[in-house]
Amino acid sequence: MSLLRLDAVYKSFGTSEVLRGISLEVHAHEVVALIGASGSGKSTLLRAINLLEPIDDGQIWLNDQDISDPRVKVDAVRSRIGVVFQHYNLFPHLTVLDNVTLASRRVHGVDRATAEKSALELLDRVGLAPHARSFPDRLSGGQQQRAAIVRAIATNPELLLLDEITSALDPELVGEVLALVRELAADGTTIVMATHEMAFARDVAHRVVFLDGGVIAESGPPSEMFGSPREERTREFLARFSDR
Amino acid sequence: MRFRPFDETRPPSSIELGRRVFRRRQGIRSVILSLASTLVFAVVVWLTLVNTPGWAAVQQTFFDPAHLVSAWPRVFAGFVLNLQILFFAVIGVAIFASLLAIVRTLRGAIFFPLRVIATAYTDLFRGLPLIIVLYLIGFGIPGLRLTENRIPPEVLGTVALVLTYSAYVSEVLRAGIEAVHPSHRLAARSLGLTHAQTLRIVILPQAVRKVTPALMNDFVSMQKDVGLVSVLGVVDAVRAAQIETASDFNFTPYVLSGLLFVLLALPMIRLTDWYSARLRGREQIGSIV
Ligand SMILES: Nc1ncnc2c1ncn2[C@@H]1O[C@H](COP(=O)(O)OP(=O)(O)OP(=O)(O)O)[C@@H](O)[C@H]1O
Ligand SMILES: [Mg+2]
Repeated sequence: MSLLRLDAVYKSFGTSEVLRGISLEVHAHEVVALIGASGSGKSTLLRAINLLEPIDDGQIWLNDQDISDPRVKVDAVRSRIGVVFQHYNLFPHLTVLDNVTLASRRVHGVDRATAEKSALELLDRVGLAPHARSFPDRLSGGQQQRAAIVRAIATNPELLLLDEITSALDPELVGEVLALVRELAADGTTIVMATHEMAFARDVAHRVVFLDGGVIAESGPPSEMFGSPREERTREFLARFSDR
Repeated sequence: MRFRPFDETRPPSSIELGRRVFRRRQGIRSVILSLASTLVFAVVVWLTLVNTPGWAAVQQTFFDPAHLVSAWPRVFAGFVLNLQILFFAVIGVAIFASLLAIVRTLRGAIFFPLRVIATAYTDLFRGLPLIIVLYLIGFGIPGLRLTENRIPPEVLGTVALVLTYSAYVSEVLRAGIEAVHPSHRLAARSLGLTHAQTLRIVILPQAVRKVTPALMNDFVSMQKDVGLVSVLGVVDAVRAAQIETASDFNFTPYVLSGLLFVLLALPMIRLTDWYSARLRGREQIGSIV
């Protein structure tokens, strides 16, 4: 049984069709990396999965529930999915701990003591316990992103979506964030992530999906995708990365 | 919002068509529901009103068609004067409020006295009731005998409006200026723009955009406060209504002038709502990309 299934998803903005029939299955505990040129629709696809972007056609299933059905409760679906964006993640007016416990307390009705106890455990695991009572602006970019990831997983979501979570960071901070993602992947979290970090995708992802021209041009295990891509455009795209 | 797919050759799937039907049905259902609830509400209000013991007398005094027609020419002429005052007051406020806001955001010790004056000014005029400013300007300035001829009261009324509303609007603008991220100022200066250019080309346009809903709200508020110049004896819509009323104590002319002000404000109010909603939409997208 697949945890997430996209079936011929279409999405246009005005006259530009960004997604032109995306079909994708993600199994439980699988880590899928979305790669593709800037503007290829990676963020749009992640937003569509999280119901932040209404799709024009197709279906999206989360654990055998059709979440693209207009009858589903959008907020309930979103509370089952954790999301981390590129930046602007933490709410600046709340402490790190309040950021992490917000959804547990306000959406899932967990009492504060319980929510804070498990939040502190999580923060401790990622080495942020000393900063729990600090406001986000006291944290480095890498620490902020790690706190944002902790916030996204604090409610045990069925699926974690990560959208280029390291691209706003200094190179020396990228490592600590990716290390956390690697750990989550090892724990069996189901992750769909858009990334420009090819080395990381190769290292952590079980499957790499290459988006081009609004469709999935090629997908497969990283060894195949990076080792011997079948498609000419995949080869071209990856060549541009290895040049750098 | 939904867009027509670019690829015209691809017909929507049956699932998508089903969803569209469902959404349309939901849309129709909510329109019908809101119409029905509005109708019920209106009927209840109407029946309650009509069944009050004094309704006939009130209707006669406030909503008399004959008085409406006879008061129309004078009230409307007065309303045109309101519009003229509004026009000049808006220009005055735009200029004066921008200056005040800029002065209040100037940094540096040399500008200290200017800043203090501007701050004291906004504190004073935001605290003073508009009607008192109107009296002070409207009756105080002529008392100084600065000019040979009498200054027309509508001019003095306009000045009073500008003085008061500039204080409010400058505060809104200042909030906008301070909400523009400091890095934009630095980026503009590093491109070689002068302080004034930075302000004019980079900071103010962003600032105004950020606070447009608040500015529009102040504008709506000023539209109706223009009616207060009647206390100076300016024959505007309110004063004209008062004159009409004085002859036989029928208050229909007041209702008429009130209606005119509401009609003037409505487009602006709708525009403000629409614009705020659009800004919200854009910010939602912006934070996700
Ligand atoms: N709200 C929107 N309105 C109009 N066009 C949009 C909107 N959001 C995205 N687009 C367009 O859709 C296309 C795909 O954008 P998207 O952000 O999904 O790309 P991406 O693959 O995430 O790129 P990047 O790697 O730069 O993040 C782009 O051409 C973009 O201009
Ligand atoms: Mg993106």
